[in-house]
Amino acid sequence: MPLDIYLNVIVSGVLTGLVYGLMALGLSVIFGVIRVVNFAHGEMMAVAMYIAVVLFSSFGLDPLLMMVPIAIVLFAFGYLLQARLINLFIDRPEHTQFMLLVAVAIIIVNTLLMIFGPDAQSVQTSYAYDSFQVGPLIVDATKAYAGIAAVAVSAALFAFFRFAPIGQAIRACADNHTGALVVGLNVNRLYALTFGIGAACVGAAGAMIVLFIDVTPALGPAYTLLAFVIVITGGLGSMPGALLGGVLIGVTEAVAGLLFSPSAKSMFSFALLVLVLLFRPQGLLGTAQR
Amino acid sequence: MTALLQVDGVSKRFRGLRAVQDVRFSVAAGQVFAVIGPNGAGKTTLFNMIAGVFRPDEGAITFAGARIDGEPPDAVCRRGIGRTFQIVRPFPGLTVHENVVVGALLRHPRAAEAGAHADAILEKLDLIDKRDVPAASLTLPDRKRLEVARALATGPKLLLLDEVMAGLRPTETDRMVHILAGLNAETGLTIVLIEHVMRAVMALAQRVLVLHHGAVIADDAPAAVVRDPAVIKSYLGTEALG
Amino acid sequence: MRALLFGGIPARGWTLLLGSALALLLLPLVASDYLLTVLILIFYFAFVGQAWNIMTGFAGQLSLGHALYVGLGAYAASALYVHFGIGPWIGMLAAVVLSALVGAALGFLAFRFGVGGVYFAILTIAFAEFARIGFDHLSWVGGSSGLFLPVAQFSRNELWHLRGHPLMFYYLMLALAALALIVCRGLLRSRLGFYWQAIREDEPAARALGIDTFRCKMIAVVISAAMTSVGGVVFAFYYNNLFPEQVFSIARSIEIILGPFIGGVGTLIGPIAGAFLITGVSEGLIELLTGVGLAVPGAKQVFYGICLLAVIVLMPNGVWPPLAAALGLKRGKPRR
Repeated sequence: MPLDIYLNVIVSGVLTGLVYGLMALGLSVIFGVIRVVNFAHGEMMAVAMYIAVVLFSSFGLDPLLMMVPIAIVLFAFGYLLQARLINLFIDRPEHTQFMLLVAVAIIIVNTLLMIFGPDAQSVQTSYAYDSFQVGPLIVDATKAYAGIAAVAVSAALFAFFRFAPIGQAIRACADNHTGALVVGLNVNRLYALTFGIGAACVGAAGAMIVLFIDVTPALGPAYTLLAFVIVITGGLGSMPGALLGGVLIGVTEAVAGLLFSPSAKSMFSFALLVLVLLFRPQGLLGTAQR
Repeated sequence: MTALLQVDGVSKRFRGLRAVQDVRFSVAAGQVFAVIGPNGAGKTTLFNMIAGVFRPDEGAITFAGARIDGEPPDAVCRRGIGRTFQIVRPFPGLTVHENVVVGALLRHPRAAEAGAHADAILEKLDLIDKRDVPAASLTLPDRKRLEVARALATGPKLLLLDEVMAGLRPTETDRMVHILAGLNAETGLTIVLIEHVMRAVMALAQRVLVLHHGAVIADDAPAAVVRDPAVIKSYLGTEALG
Repeated sequence: MRALLFGGIPARGWTLLLGSALALLLLPLVASDYLLTVLILIFYFAFVGQAWNIMTGFAGQLSLGHALYVGLGAYAASALYVHFGIGPWIGMLAAVVLSALVGAALGFLAFRFGVGGVYFAILTIAFAEFARIGFDHLSWVGGSSGLFLPVAQFSRNELWHLRGHPLMFYYLMLALAALALIVCRGLLRSRLGFYWQAIREDEPAARALGIDTFRCKMIAVVISAAMTSVGGVVFAFYYNNLFPEQVFSIARSIEIILGPFIGGVGTLIGPIAGAFLITGVSEGLIELLTGVGLAVPGAKQVFYGICLLAVIVLMPNGVWPPLAAALGLKRGKPRR
């Protein structure tokens, strides 16, 4: 196969991977700080995608423009979920917290199924079939915009955690829970804020990805699994790792879809997950502390 | 008299930190041997190496004539070394009796016999009336005795006790000392204990090893160790002289 | 052996057990065909729930991909029947061996490399998903178009070929569920059972007591996988069609764990009580919704999700322990 095609597929994979990475970033933040394994992550992404679809089909609003409002809605959802439900379970064993979110995920997915039905829904923007030509590369406009948006949001997130006082407070919680309490930080509120931020990432990512991926309720669990593969591959608790993992998975999927059949691409992601769990459980960029 | 436990030139490093340096001592069968020293001296690391949790970087550990360094914890237990943990680890969802049965099953594979053996151990450790209580609801002194009972149920020749008196009031300490002394006298059980509570050390130990910064600074009878200037300087303080 | 399996049950417990058994044996005399099918489903979930419970409830290794073993069992026996005419009872042997091997592989990979807790759960999901996609592409078993077993008329019951009236399946599943209960009780009260619980509660402490935790965990996974696959075989011959998307899906895995979670993970009666509750109530709910015209896809699962949430929040140890206490039975089996 000519090199051009590979190159195009890889670039496409990178751009998609950046959006995956943003989604996984949300998961990484949640786990890194609260130590809760958010099994409803992909489901929240599906919710964001459906909101974008509804806004587009009812009011003609472009998902990229709606990215911020959707992110805010997801933020609120995440905040409340943590504040009202998950915070009660902070001291319970891991399995219980995990199952709690499994239950939430089941409810979300099937509520979406009840409301929207199983058929795929999509957003066809005016630029859905446009593309840019850069030398031998032909890049889809939707993916280009989504990729750029993902990088922008990720950068904003990094900056927030680095420079904003609240961001630093959250990092303090993550580093040392008891220490944070002793210093007088309202840990529960910070946890809720963190979950909200993680959910907002997912909201933004959902708004972006719906530009080129059709949404069905089944996408929820699929994306949850994908987010875990990415975060574990990149390194649990490492923000750059999430992005790197996302790009890696995006490219792997794209290339596997090209070489084998499109439906087999998830198999490679799982194979990668198994390999990572076995041989480098801390992930590519994670710290070895399991 | 050949030693039951022989530790020869054992060292352990954690990244940059030398936790244990060239430690050498031997414990005779039937002896009560204490290991003391300030916090961070490497006592628990030493125990963990004997118990198989860590492998020593250098040196050899010999038990009943066989090399055991590097063997996993379950293999070490099967050879006849029982251990307790510094922070007690009962099985919270099981009753006191069931906790000890788990230990007893090692040498009594049939559940009925293990149950009977467990009850006998509980009698010795004064826990028999709490037999059917969930372990999670025990007080600290009871948990400590449960920890000892469980390790004892595995039928060890040597028992490693890691700060088993920590957190106990003087009367409870005396109770534990009485039980341990009884076990040693009646069954010839060899006991190696890490201890900060000098009252217990003086009452029980026939020999004391003092560690400081991972190295041995004294290895002698209790009366001599307590008067050793290096030990006083690094750990005991002049009040210990009484 | 008799003491292990049947000893230590209080008189009241015997009464309840035998009374329920009798009631269930005689029920088909008065029950409608529909009720029979609901009960078959209940017994099926009680059976696979017990099998799952061995690995997760007893040994503490959380499996969220148990549909893998159901599917492997179902496909193994079905493929042998469809392609070679091999009866399901022989096919079951192949199913059990296959599932045991896959379980062993999963266990080995995980336990040798220290993968536990939530990571292990994710690994189980990944294996199930891998199978789902893999079988979609496996044309020898029909791929995504499905595998169909020849359905004869129910003129007579052929237990050997598992062809027959639902009544046959009713008694078969009831027998299997009862057998599972007896086997699990025996396991739990044996040395292995104690060792499993110790591993579940605190693995390093268990090792310090001389327990070879790797071996014990492996045995738990293999027994659980093998037992689950038996359920898969019956599942295949009852429904007569298999689609990878459905059989291996994560929704199936979640259905398997609902019974034990609601009834009480790690208890003996939990999976049974939970299966009765969740299946009974959800089928009732579907009847209700259908009558009102609201039986849309997803409604049943939303209900499952809400039940699971309610149990986790309000009764984390499940419904059975308080129920057992209220019935005056001896203090229940240890919980997590």
